[in-house]
Amino acid sequence: MKFLDIIATASSNMFRSKLRTTLTIVAIFIGAFTLTLTNGLGAGISSYIDKQLGNIGAKDVMFIQANNDASGKPSDQPKKYDPNKRTTSIASEGNRSVTVLTDKDLSKIKAISGIKSVKAYIGGSIDYISGKSGEKYVGSINEYLEGENFSLDAGSLLNNASTKFEVMVPSTYISSLGYSNAADAIGKTVKLGVTNGLGKQSEIEASITAVQQKSLLDNNAINLNTALLTEVHKLQNVGLPSTATADYQMAIARFDSTMPADKVKDLKDRLKKAGYNGTTIDDQIGTFKSVIAGIVAVLNGFAIIALLAASFGIINTLLMSVQERTKEIGLMKAMGMGGGKIFLLFSGEAVMLGFWGSLIGSAVAIGAGQIINKVVLNTFLKDLVGLQLLKFSPTSVAVIVGIVMGIAFLAGTLPAIRAARQNPIDSLRYE
Amino acid sequence: MLHLRIVNIKRPKNAHSIQRGLMTAGSALQAIEVIKTYGKGENKFTALGGVSVNIMSGEKVAIIGKSGSGKSTLMHLLALLDKPTSGRIAIEGQDSAKLRGSKLNTLRNQKFGFVFQQFFLNGNASVLENVILPLKIAGMGRSERKRKALEALRKVELEDKAKSKAKDLSGGQKQRVVIARALVNDPGIIFADEPTGNLDSTTGARIEKLLFDLNATHGITLIIVTHDPELAIRCDRQIHLKDGRIVGTTGRKARMI
Repeated sequence: MKFLDIIATASSNMFRSKLRTTLTIVAIFIGAFTLTLTNGLGAGISSYIDKQLGNIGAKDVMFIQANNDASGKPSDQPKKYDPNKRTTSIASEGNRSVTVLTDKDLSKIKAISGIKSVKAYIGGSIDYISGKSGEKYVGSINEYLEGENFSLDAGSLLNNASTKFEVMVPSTYISSLGYSNAADAIGKTVKLGVTNGLGKQSEIEASITAVQQKSLLDNNAINLNTALLTEVHKLQNVGLPSTATADYQMAIARFDSTMPADKVKDLKDRLKKAGYNGTTIDDQIGTFKSVIAGIVAVLNGFAIIALLAASFGIINTLLMSVQERTKEIGLMKAMGMGGGKIFLLFSGEAVMLGFWGSLIGSAVAIGAGQIINKVVLNTFLKDLVGLQLLKFSPTSVAVIVGIVMGIAFLAGTLPAIRAARQNPIDSLRYE
Repeated sequence: MLHLRIVNIKRPKNAHSIQRGLMTAGSALQAIEVIKTYGKGENKFTALGGVSVNIMSGEKVAIIGKSGSGKSTLMHLLALLDKPTSGRIAIEGQDSAKLRGSKLNTLRNQKFGFVFQQFFLNGNASVLENVILPLKIAGMGRSERKRKALEALRKVELEDKAKSKAKDLSGGQKQRVVIARALVNDPGIIFADEPTGNLDSTTGARIEKLLFDLNATHGITLIIVTHDPELAIRCDRQIHLKDGRIVGTTGRKARMI
């Protein structure tokens, strides 16, 4: 018998006992439906996290701080002064001393292999921001880092190469600053108030280049491009001693983001040896991601259990088929059909059951997913802008259909082997 | 009544004579000193206790005996559906013991046709699909196997029922479908196990005529297992079995090996 004929015959055999086949398909359907939904949930959440990751920082950025003793824990005993180490003590945190970085440290870090570039993280703060309405609002500022892929409501990402002063404001500021919507704010001028070391306040004008979408993970700071931040910093440092301006809390280094995880760990070890502590975006968000992955794995586990239950349905259905078709199997064997092909005929039927069950299950899950997405995002997850709770890809659906067909095949082997081993004479005599 | 000639069967004394007993010219099937036992030890049951028979090509042979006489076992062995415990089966002079697996399957598929008392039709499939089955197993292409199946149905005058479901047919029609299925692959030998057993005498006579016509026009060898003496008598030869042994051979062409 030709392979295509076997498949076609298996297919039509499937519908000989319609009720039984339907019930088995329903069992597989439930498993596949659940698996598709849980998978879609996992994909939806992790893609949301990835998007939020872009809001927090670029993937190739490593934040480097000086390696603080006792991992920066407060100490009971005062520490001895080391003239070679620049430290600042934070009294409010129980005498914790924080070692800061200097230009010397920066060149030391740059020499470490694996670090592509390094620059000082310039802090800085503004007193207020004001727009069209003229009202002044407080806000924290951040430097925009090349590679940070913010989700935007309007405008385009900041340009650090530009000499123009560019600012990205969170969407929550828009109406307060006096704009009707995000698109309206683009290109408008805002004023940033800065106080210098002598206590004198002045204003810098910058244009709104981007409006950041509301984010779950980010602190919704106002982002400035390099030119603007440098200006703010320059203004703030007027009147301060030069040592104060040469201290940095943190350095921003770039590394090859395609580096495998163990190589990144090696790089961190090298930094540690040199007395520095490197943190990547993945470090900051890793725990969160692994918790989500754990939850999705448990949900997938439930779906697999449902599929295992369904596979017993397949075994049962096929055993009954083999029993019912004993004479037919005998006849086919008498007519010269080999055991291997009889096996294929029955396992093909099992695979077919798996195929239809999983295909219908996935299709209905995708349909249900669209509705769930709409309902959920308009009600209790309304605040999570940019979230697509359930996300389905053709690949993941294909993988699920493949897995279910594989499980169905395994379930079908027992009845199929039984059919293949049947003796034609016993089968023909069977009453 | 027909004149019956009872012939005593002499058994060969050793393996050497079995070898010499192989006949090739005109022989379709030959059983040589075939013994078939089932079970072991105390439960050992001898279904056939040393049977030799030679069926010539184009012959109509009836194997008759009561139930439990071993007639079905002999047919199964001749049809290579089972292997003898000892002794040999030769097809066209070739020892069947040398045939294994797919070769044996191919041989059964191409040379044999089967007609059974219980029909063994797939009731929910069309008549055409049922007749096509042996050709599908043979791996024949779609259009050719349909053509051949329709041709076989024409021979049994059921061409118009090709699209009907097999379960909607009468007993006689079903048996004609079974005959169409048996001859669709142009077999050399048709094995018929109680072909008229489930049919009334008129329908039975029609089936009988159909089988005998196939024998006459296509030269198909007929091996009919039956306990119906009237059907048996119309065959060229009757092999009488009792308790697993041939107790006599009768008929126009009765011969010994």
